[in-house]
Amino acid sequence: MESINTEVDLEHEPPPAIELRDVSKTFGNVQANKNISMKIEKGSIHGIVGENGAGKSTLMNILYGLHTADTGDILVNGQKTNIRSSADSIALGIGMVHQHFMLIPNFSVLENVMVGNEGGFLLGGGEEEAIRTLKHLGTEYGMDVDPHALIEDLPVGIRQRVEIIKAIKSGAEILILDEPTGVLTPQEAEGLFTILRVLRDRGVSVLLITHKLAEIMAITDAVSVIRDGEIVGHRKTSDTTTEELAELMVGREVSLEVERGASEAGETRLSVSNLGHSSLSGIKKLSGITFDLHAGEILGVAGVAGNGQTELLEILSGMRVPDEGKFSVLGTEVTPNKHSNPKLMRKLGIGHIPEDRHLHGLVLDFEAQENFVFGFHDADQFYSGSLLNQRFITDHSSDLMGKFDVRPTNPKTKAKNFSGGNQQKIVIAREINEVPKLLIIGQPTRGVDIGAIEFIHKQIVHLRDQGCAILLVSVELEEILGLSDRIMVMNAGEQMGILDRDEADERTLGLMMAGITGSNAA
Amino acid sequence: MKSAPPLPTWADILILPIINLCAALFVCGLIILALGENPLTALVVMLRGAFVFPGSLGYTLYYTTNFIFTGLAVAIAFHAMMFNIGGEGQASIGGLGAGLVALWLGATTPPAIVLPVAVLAAALFGAAWAFIPGYLQAKRGSHIVITTIMFNFIASSVMVWLLAGPLIQPGQQSPQTATFEPSAHLPKFTDVMEMMSISVANSPLNFSFVIALMALLIFWILVWKTRFGYELRAVGHNPEAAKYAGIKVPTIIILAMALSGAFAGLMATNEILGVQHKVVLNFTSGYGFTGIAVALMGRNHPVGIFLASLLFGALYQGGAELDFEFQSITREMVLVIQGMIILFSGALAYMFNPPLARFIHALFGGRKTQHV
Amino acid sequence: MSEFALQLLLTLDATVRVATPLILCAMAGMFSERSGIIDISLEGKLLMGAFVSAAIASVYGSEWLGVLGAVFACVILASIHGFACITHRGNQVVSGLAINILASGLTVTIGIALFRQGGQTPLLSRDERFTPVEWPLVDAIDAVPVLGVIYRELISGHNLLTYVALILVPISAFIFYKTRFGLRIRAVGEVPKAVDSAGVSVSWLRYRAVIIAGILCGIAGAYLSTGQGAGFVREMSAGKGYIALAAVIFGKWRPYPAFFACLLFGFLEAASARLQGVELPLIGEAPTQLMLALPYIMVVLLLAGFIGRASPPSAIGIPYNK
Repeated sequence: MESINTEVDLEHEPPPAIELRDVSKTFGNVQANKNISMKIEKGSIHGIVGENGAGKSTLMNILYGLHTADTGDILVNGQKTNIRSSADSIALGIGMVHQHFMLIPNFSVLENVMVGNEGGFLLGGGEEEAIRTLKHLGTEYGMDVDPHALIEDLPVGIRQRVEIIKAIKSGAEILILDEPTGVLTPQEAEGLFTILRVLRDRGVSVLLITHKLAEIMAITDAVSVIRDGEIVGHRKTSDTTTEELAELMVGREVSLEVERGASEAGETRLSVSNLGHSSLSGIKKLSGITFDLHAGEILGVAGVAGNGQTELLEILSGMRVPDEGKFSVLGTEVTPNKHSNPKLMRKLGIGHIPEDRHLHGLVLDFEAQENFVFGFHDADQFYSGSLLNQRFITDHSSDLMGKFDVRPTNPKTKAKNFSGGNQQKIVIAREINEVPKLLIIGQPTRGVDIGAIEFIHKQIVHLRDQGCAILLVSVELEEILGLSDRIMVMNAGEQMGILDRDEADERTLGLMMAGITGSNAA
Repeated sequence: MKSAPPLPTWADILILPIINLCAALFVCGLIILALGENPLTALVVMLRGAFVFPGSLGYTLYYTTNFIFTGLAVAIAFHAMMFNIGGEGQASIGGLGAGLVALWLGATTPPAIVLPVAVLAAALFGAAWAFIPGYLQAKRGSHIVITTIMFNFIASSVMVWLLAGPLIQPGQQSPQTATFEPSAHLPKFTDVMEMMSISVANSPLNFSFVIALMALLIFWILVWKTRFGYELRAVGHNPEAAKYAGIKVPTIIILAMALSGAFAGLMATNEILGVQHKVVLNFTSGYGFTGIAVALMGRNHPVGIFLASLLFGALYQGGAELDFEFQSITREMVLVIQGMIILFSGALAYMFNPPLARFIHALFGGRKTQHV
Repeated sequence: MSEFALQLLLTLDATVRVATPLILCAMAGMFSERSGIIDISLEGKLLMGAFVSAAIASVYGSEWLGVLGAVFACVILASIHGFACITHRGNQVVSGLAINILASGLTVTIGIALFRQGGQTPLLSRDERFTPVEWPLVDAIDAVPVLGVIYRELISGHNLLTYVALILVPISAFIFYKTRFGLRIRAVGEVPKAVDSAGVSVSWLRYRAVIIAGILCGIAGAYLSTGQGAGFVREMSAGKGYIALAAVIFGKWRPYPAFFACLLFGFLEAASARLQGVELPLIGEAPTQLMLALPYIMVVLLLAGFIGRASPPSAIGIPYNK
């Protein structure tokens, strides 16, 4: 109580919705948050921006009671608090919309909204009330949803809406959103922003966590920048620029340009025509994809996550079977009736750096050296007779670890004990060591530190200069613009067009990603 | 509370299993105490029963043989992240295979042919019985734990039906086959010794112990030295990544389960070809389940499995001694011990991890952290 | 009434008796599994419940104390399961197996230490057991054709615990679908994170579910040794816990379908007992072993997707890690 800010009292202004004072949190040897202090004014939209791994998520988990701060104070509405669980946060009026939705797919909207908020031992009474609340929120805030629809049948944007409704219904006056637009189309994102503005105007304080500067500029009132676990600046959004925030975020002036010469496109290595794929439940994930990729060329694929890029990568690498169309790669044709598989593709000389190194690229419980032969473990060079040649594999791995500057340098270290950047280097080293004829890359720098990003970008360009044909899928527009010779934009599983690098800029690509084709946009 | 520092590998492999074992034995000691007997005396009786009495070591190794087979069976499936609870069923069907060969070829063929074929049949029948759940898991997503449990019961019904019906020894009431001809008996250790004019106390230990030792070696080479083993472990750790690496995940799962069944089936070589010399009901007597404890304690590694099998062999043999020495505790106490071991080394395997890690960190930690 | 109809009626009557422990254990398994905790230890808890109730009934002469004791013992076993699976995030199958083996060993060991009868408890007298409850007006209705005999044989004359089991089915269904607790149990078995982020403790919910499973298994055990039987004998659960688990799966983790699966499996057992050695027209000797194995075969076929699809609670078997 004594800690109420006297200055605020004098001016009779309401205390900030949330105030953090010197909050710190350490995991093992990593200090995720260092002396974080900030204020979030009531009825405002406050952005927290930072790169992946900067400590945003930890901070938000502390606010929502999923982690406990080691030191420091959290004040809600001027009152010191002791948040130890999500229940504490909820009681304080804090609600959260997680990046990965906390929804139960085979429950109805109504049931999802009611969990933790049932209104009594029997569901009957609470149900009616919940339906009334849903209707009310629908009309007041423009958040219409059918209470009896199953979550699994709803599109992503609506599911997110259910998350917001859940929070508001349980009495949240402070709403935290974690990377809310990562899975949304630009239109859905715009819809979300509209809702957030309405919420703000009705007195809800919104805390928006993101790494996208455009969003910060578009919707927030104030912004705090976090880097390496520390707050490096607070700004009023109207007083700052994208460039300034970008500099604060990365801690130096950013040059998004990657040094590279002109490309010399050679023969066609990959020819895709009318490729399509549907999910098990029959939803079209990919359709009508048609392009050629040549030796010595990088074709970038831009798009919001979840617009068919994953399916495209998996089909081209042999992990999935296309449902329609065909592609021919290095003279081998693959159609819905003529399957391929990852082993065959690799034999043809195709490298594949998968989007998710933890899910696909590595076996985290394997030693680094076992991961260096992963996918190539059929090659005779790793065997003496029919038994694995352990010594050769160790030497081979040490060699690669040196070449690609992987640290720590012990090939017997388990993959899970490397940092994200070093794990990614293991995957890349393995996939490009024997200069593939075609390289398929997904999100090469996701969750990778800046130093490693530069290294990886250089490797990709170098590989192109050696004549490799490269398909680069990334959700980071800067990466696409920095590396590609040509750019294909995807939306809702379809290609919106292919541009030469010179014709492309963020605005054009952004419009195309939103589903507006080049001709429409003009 | 801060999270505990990671446990060093040597402590994870050596210290933690011993602590878990001690915890299990300690709780069992309390139970024996509550039943009004002295746990230490019981321990001494069991040790004497397992190692000291004439022939006791032979009996201990005879039990050990069973546990090596069933332990390997569970372990190979574990490496593919498959939980095979069906060892009992696979072993009984394996026994059926061995028995059929022994009855069919025993009278007409020399041991040099009938024995290898019978051993092979035990493995093949066991493999076939595990193949079905493996196939259903790999191709149709049927939960392996449930299907293998169900297959235990189905196997038991099959055995009752066969042994009380088509295979029953003519003119007999009890559900069992006729006794095999001597050429289908695996050589007994005592007989071999006798041939070399060395006199040893009688025990059921037989040639299948040697087969078990070979199985340990084969297991080690298979899992850590071959392409199949590499793919097996990759599938076990991360099936999605295995798919990315071009490994045929369903094939590996099916093979792992078939191998698992083969190891379990080989248990029958000890019981059926080595000791009973006929197929009887329930000869598996829960050894298949004990294999789970063995694999858990042995950390799915042949050396560990051998040691754990020896421990359980000693428990089973020593436990029988309890019947003679005590009023209130009997050989069923071994089941309690086994249950406790599964609880502490399996389900509660990591309960002592954080405190041990903190302790070791406090002892040696200072120097190491500076290094990093 | 024809001979066949009477035989059928008697078989149905036996079905109810055989199905009682299955129903109780299946409802137990339902609570545990819907909350996300695999429970193969139904078998062990059933066995322990049977032993403890018979032992206490024999020593203190009261079947009611027996039930209480059985419930208490099974709650302890359930708490061990919870401690391993919830608090220490251990493997749920391994924990369940440990409990089954422990129960198997402890019942006989303690039985021998207490009674010196090779692991059995002494035979229980009538007033130490649950005896059949005669429903009112049996004699009056008996005169009514068909209905009378059905009322006498099938409805009336079971012991109290059977009626408890039957009532527990609608009660369980009500809890699952109409109460806050039920909604949360179903939610925590699907997406525990969602429950956690709604400010509800995942662990406490699961502990309660597991303990309810213990209570129900205790009653089931008491039925075996002080209701259906007159004392405990070694391994008297004889795989019934596993059949109940099969019924839960066969009923796709829903109370009423699981209840009907219990009746079906009970009927197969009752019928096979009646048909032992009987020559049937066309098929010859009754395939009783096949009938006994049928529940297991049916579950395998179901899991293989040959008869419908069973989708378990999504979070089942996965320890919750904050």
